[in-house]
Amino acid sequence: MSQTIIEVNNLGKKYEIVHERGKYMALRDVLMNIIKSPLNFFKSKAKQVVGLEKKEDFWALKDVNFTVNKGEVIGIIGRNGAGKSTMLKILSQITPPTTGEIKVFGRVGSLLEVGTGFHPELTGRENIFLNGAILGMTKKEIVKKFDQIIEFAGISKFLDTPVKYYSSGMYVRLAFSVAAHMEPDILIVDEVLAVGDADFQKKCLGKMGEITKTEGRTILFVSHNMAAIQNLCKKTIWLENGQIKKIGETKDIINSYSSNKTDIPNITKKSLPLKVGDIVGKINFTEISITNGGGSEMIQSEDRLKITLKYNSDFKTEIPDIRVLISLICEDPQRNVLRFDSHVTTKTLGDGIKPSGRIVCETENTNLTEGKYIAEIMILPQRAKHSQLKLTKEFEIMTDLTKYDYNLKPDRDNSSYLIKYNFKGQAGN
Amino acid sequence: MSTQITIIRPKKTFSFHDLRELWQYKELIYFFSWRDLKVRYKQTFIGVSWAIFQPFITMVVFTVFFGGLAKMPSDGVPYPIFVYVGLLFWQFFSGALSDTSNALITNQPIITKVYFPRLILPISSVVTKFIDFLIASIILVGLMMYYGYMPHASGLLLLPLLLIITFMASIGLGLFLAAINVKYRDVRYALPFFIQILLFVTPVIYPASIAGKYSWILALNPMMGVIQSARAALLGTAPTNWLLIFISFFGTLLLMLFGIYIFKRIERYFADII
Repeated sequence: MSQTIIEVNNLGKKYEIVHERGKYMALRDVLMNIIKSPLNFFKSKAKQVVGLEKKEDFWALKDVNFTVNKGEVIGIIGRNGAGKSTMLKILSQITPPTTGEIKVFGRVGSLLEVGTGFHPELTGRENIFLNGAILGMTKKEIVKKFDQIIEFAGISKFLDTPVKYYSSGMYVRLAFSVAAHMEPDILIVDEVLAVGDADFQKKCLGKMGEITKTEGRTILFVSHNMAAIQNLCKKTIWLENGQIKKIGETKDIINSYSSNKTDIPNITKKSLPLKVGDIVGKINFTEISITNGGGSEMIQSEDRLKITLKYNSDFKTEIPDIRVLISLICEDPQRNVLRFDSHVTTKTLGDGIKPSGRIVCETENTNLTEGKYIAEIMILPQRAKHSQLKLTKEFEIMTDLTKYDYNLKPDRDNSSYLIKYNFKGQAGN
Repeated sequence: MSTQITIIRPKKTFSFHDLRELWQYKELIYFFSWRDLKVRYKQTFIGVSWAIFQPFITMVVFTVFFGGLAKMPSDGVPYPIFVYVGLLFWQFFSGALSDTSNALITNQPIITKVYFPRLILPISSVVTKFIDFLIASIILVGLMMYYGYMPHASGLLLLPLLLIITFMASIGLGLFLAAINVKYRDVRYALPFFIQILLFVTPVIYPASIAGKYSWILALNPMMGVIQSARAALLGTAPTNWLLIFISFFGTLLLMLFGIYIFKRIERYFADII
């Protein structure tokens, strides 16, 4: 049953970064340089030819080992520059590894880009054949799948129009459609779902899901969309700095991947000097966590938000009059979307907070759309003027594909009022 | 269904597997050539007629200036037909050479995203040019009928061999240049110039006999053998020089093997350095 289909041993890929001096020199500069110091010019050229110029080694991948069994769908996650794309390129034989060996049992189809080889001058029909052939399909296969391809793309009306006249949406739909109908033993997919409109994305993910479930195909899938990974893949590889950081069940990996983000020092300043009564001391914020109502870091649109600040202080008595102001900022484009203030009537923290403990802000259903957000948290002691503390924390709203219906227009009834939220202080650690 | 096992290693040695793979992807050669031909005459008014128009006008201009005004000798055949045979093979060679040299660069987006044997690209460039050659040959047939020349049957049999030599010459040199072009774009600028020079040392507009006792120097140029023999075969300008064909054949065969060797050696790194 569990038959190995890909075996990766000790894989490594080295790039040499050449430090070029003075890029984009004009001919005049080159000539001037030659006249000024002819020896230097020829020396550097000679070095270039022999390969002695200043180089720096960069390992995009190092010591990567894993195996994939037949029928498995593997997700690959990691930050930008972690080596995900390099790995896919090596697996699809676009570039060779520097060390190690990969054994692949079966035909590999790779989809690193949507619409590779599409020619703007050719018609939709012609491009289906060209693109299909480039992706490794035979003419026979393409003819067999032709009707399915145009039906899925929904462009039958424009089949004989050059694709340069297509809207970008149509273009992407057609391109994905061709790729989706490939039938290799192993399919390698890079972040291609980040294109097209929402409806089409959903359709693509649906198609991917269908391929994985019904056809038992082996798929390697790179994405930044955690929800997509969670939905499609059972097993996930987490790459960091060219090495496998963790490999295992998708759920575990994603959880530790998302919580790993808190390691990023995105808290600029953690303590705030304060005066309580006559005692001068500090309040230190040790941890910020943003979860859904159930405490999971995988927050979805329809979830409640729970923002928790852990703190301790030098004081023995309650700290009065702390005001907490939380702004949720959409990362792209940078704008404020929601704001929670602990001092708006009835939302106040009450008389004060315990010397150490947590400040928790719980909201109603926020209906935020999918994407990255920043929570900007201001701590404003009411009595100490000119002293305040700003904390920031990133979080992400994901999409649950199983429930997804892309009708998340702002709910008028809801958004015309403030979202209900509630602050409270808790004692203990 | 038998599963195909691929082993991806740092260095791949040339093997027969490559040939098998090339065969597997043969359809892609067709698709690339088909694309190039289709795209070339899209949004043009006279379309494919350009393939005929260009060599025809060149022939007319050469006839007026070299044949008419400069009184260039033409081995006793009418100058238009003489120069056209030369042009036909020359344009096949030079076109194929420049297209193969640029084949990788122009298809860069595909190379960095999809795997297929890279040899497909230069080969399909030559195929495209060969189709141009066939189209342009129509004019030759017309000219020969007009001037009343009938080729000998043996001469026609020689043509495929001459085409193979032209193919090997252009792809051999082309593969070598294509591989260099990936790293050093100098090729792109040097090549048109080089081809122009080559035109003058190849007996296209003049007969090889013009060089007198030094014509053996011209024999170093494989295209000289091809054009010379094509004229001999089609127009009966001279008896077929088998030695010349033999030299050209093995010379270009070596050239092609050298080109393939260089190309295969750096093939796998194309995506990294292109």
